[in-house]
Amino acid sequence: MSTSTQRTSRATAVAPAPAEPRRSQEKGLWAFRLLILWLFVVSIAPLLWVMRMSLASAGDIGRAPLELLFAPVTVEAWGRVLSDKTFLATLLNSVIIATTTTLVCMVIGSLAAYAFARFKFRGSNVALVLMLMVSFFPQVAVIIPLFKQFVAWGIINNYPAAIIPNIVFSLPTTIFVLTVFFREIPHSLEEAAKIDGATQLQTFTRVMLPLAVPGLLTAAILTFVNSWNDYLFANTFLFDAKTWTATVQIPQFATQYSIDYGAQAAGALAVTIPLVLVVMIFQRNIVSGLTSGAVKG
Amino acid sequence: MTSTATLHRPRRIKESRALPYLLIAPAVAIVAAVVIWPVVQTVWLSLYSGTIRNTGDFVGVENYQTLFADPDFLRALSNTGVFTVCSVAVELVLGVAVALIINRGFRGRGLVRAVTLVPWAFPTAISAIMFRLMFSDPNGLLSWVAYKLNLISQPILGSQDLMVVAAVIVDIWKTTPFVALLILAGLQTIPGDTLEAAAMDGAGAVQRFFRIVLPLLVPSILIAALFRTLDAYRVYELFWVMGNRQVDSLSTYVYEGVRVSQLQFPTGSAASVFVFITAFIIALFFVIALGARRNKA
Repeated sequence: MSTSTQRTSRATAVAPAPAEPRRSQEKGLWAFRLLILWLFVVSIAPLLWVMRMSLASAGDIGRAPLELLFAPVTVEAWGRVLSDKTFLATLLNSVIIATTTTLVCMVIGSLAAYAFARFKFRGSNVALVLMLMVSFFPQVAVIIPLFKQFVAWGIINNYPAAIIPNIVFSLPTTIFVLTVFFREIPHSLEEAAKIDGATQLQTFTRVMLPLAVPGLLTAAILTFVNSWNDYLFANTFLFDAKTWTATVQIPQFATQYSIDYGAQAAGALAVTIPLVLVVMIFQRNIVSGLTSGAVKG
Repeated sequence: MTSTATLHRPRRIKESRALPYLLIAPAVAIVAAVVIWPVVQTVWLSLYSGTIRNTGDFVGVENYQTLFADPDFLRALSNTGVFTVCSVAVELVLGVAVALIINRGFRGRGLVRAVTLVPWAFPTAISAIMFRLMFSDPNGLLSWVAYKLNLISQPILGSQDLMVVAAVIVDIWKTTPFVALLILAGLQTIPGDTLEAAAMDGAGAVQRFFRIVLPLLVPSILIAALFRTLDAYRVYELFWVMGNRQVDSLSTYVYEGVRVSQLQFPTGSAASVFVFITAFIIALFFVIALGARRNKA
């Protein structure tokens, strides 16, 4: 079999297509384009459909899908949701809880990651494995004692009751992403700082941290998304709309606006759209953060 | 920090021995307080006949006997099992397919990649709401289609079995992108030459996939399976929010014991210990499988 003609110039890492008769290649290309289109549509269709629902009047929303699709557009439901003070307050709670979680998690996580990346010390492996095990931990197994603990500390139904567990369950990813990142920073830079007389803590804050900004950004985004999306802790440790997050509030719409599907749809989108934008903008960071474990693991 | 080197040197040596422990101390402390100590407490509580307020009397394994005789618990267990196995199996197959698609070079690849991340970024509770709207009877988009195709003859959200199927569908939609990303990372480490050589030797695309690509992907697939299995096993929002409290998973069963029914508190504790131990066994299974592969390689 003559192999020289089989080489193709496509430089994809996987499955370089062997030269085939042109017609079947063209067909394959179309099938491929259809697959891409399908992927695109499936990913985004629920979002678009709920968007359509949120823009329909209360009367139209219960109609069959084809009628709903061509029903007149109205922003009534959005008006109801965005003028709902309770909802806006829970949105603010979400921002406060997710931001605080992210900041604290970055501080605790970067310190620990620096230790794991740069020091040889007894018990470091045990501690690292312990940290990473937390990401597999079923959260419900601790809500009972935590509930009692938070009552005893007087923080039940208060922001810290959601922030503290959120920090803990974001720590594994943070530590992992940052440890991998710190390890890739060349030692020579720290040596130089040392020669210049910097203490180890100074080396960390003035040399390592600035260099690790992309890694910190990745870890921060993942933590923020994780905390923003938390439902179990907010729903367990926070009791009312004064403290609970938008993620908990929106399902309440189902009872509050019992058949107002439009408000539910608009509320769901209001909570999600900022997040979708963050994901689109920081796509690269998220991908690198999510996969750093898989490759190095 | 320029020329004061000698001043700091003696102190630095002492500092560096304790420093790594100081650096990891906050992370270890918070994990110990929020995960490790509460687990110990849960185990202890599960042997007592208490409520959230007082501990009650020591009853040994009686709570566990009540637990395993409770049809609601058994139903929650089988729901969780079916949900976990089905969703993870489909997600792995689809994840490999999507990874293969995204890995090929094509115009608009960045956009498609970003869009496939959209479902991942959705708060699970919000996707539960959005899909509940689409599963509503009879004119929710998905219900409507299912009726038209004669797939269902009763409201989806009125049947326990159909609700589990619905939860599987939402989970597949939401987390296939994550699985695809992990597998894509593995895919990109496969050297292009290997595949090219195989192509030259006359291996077709299908053969190349099953003989070369898939075996090399096994570690990535195992890691994805580990993450996804443990995440699916603790499913909470998809049952609690979308199933509107009519259908239990293990996590919602535990939650009911803590926050809803005081009578269920002791069995709730026993159930959370059960969830913790079984999750640990599942994790161990995957870690051993991964270890075995690494030793072989």
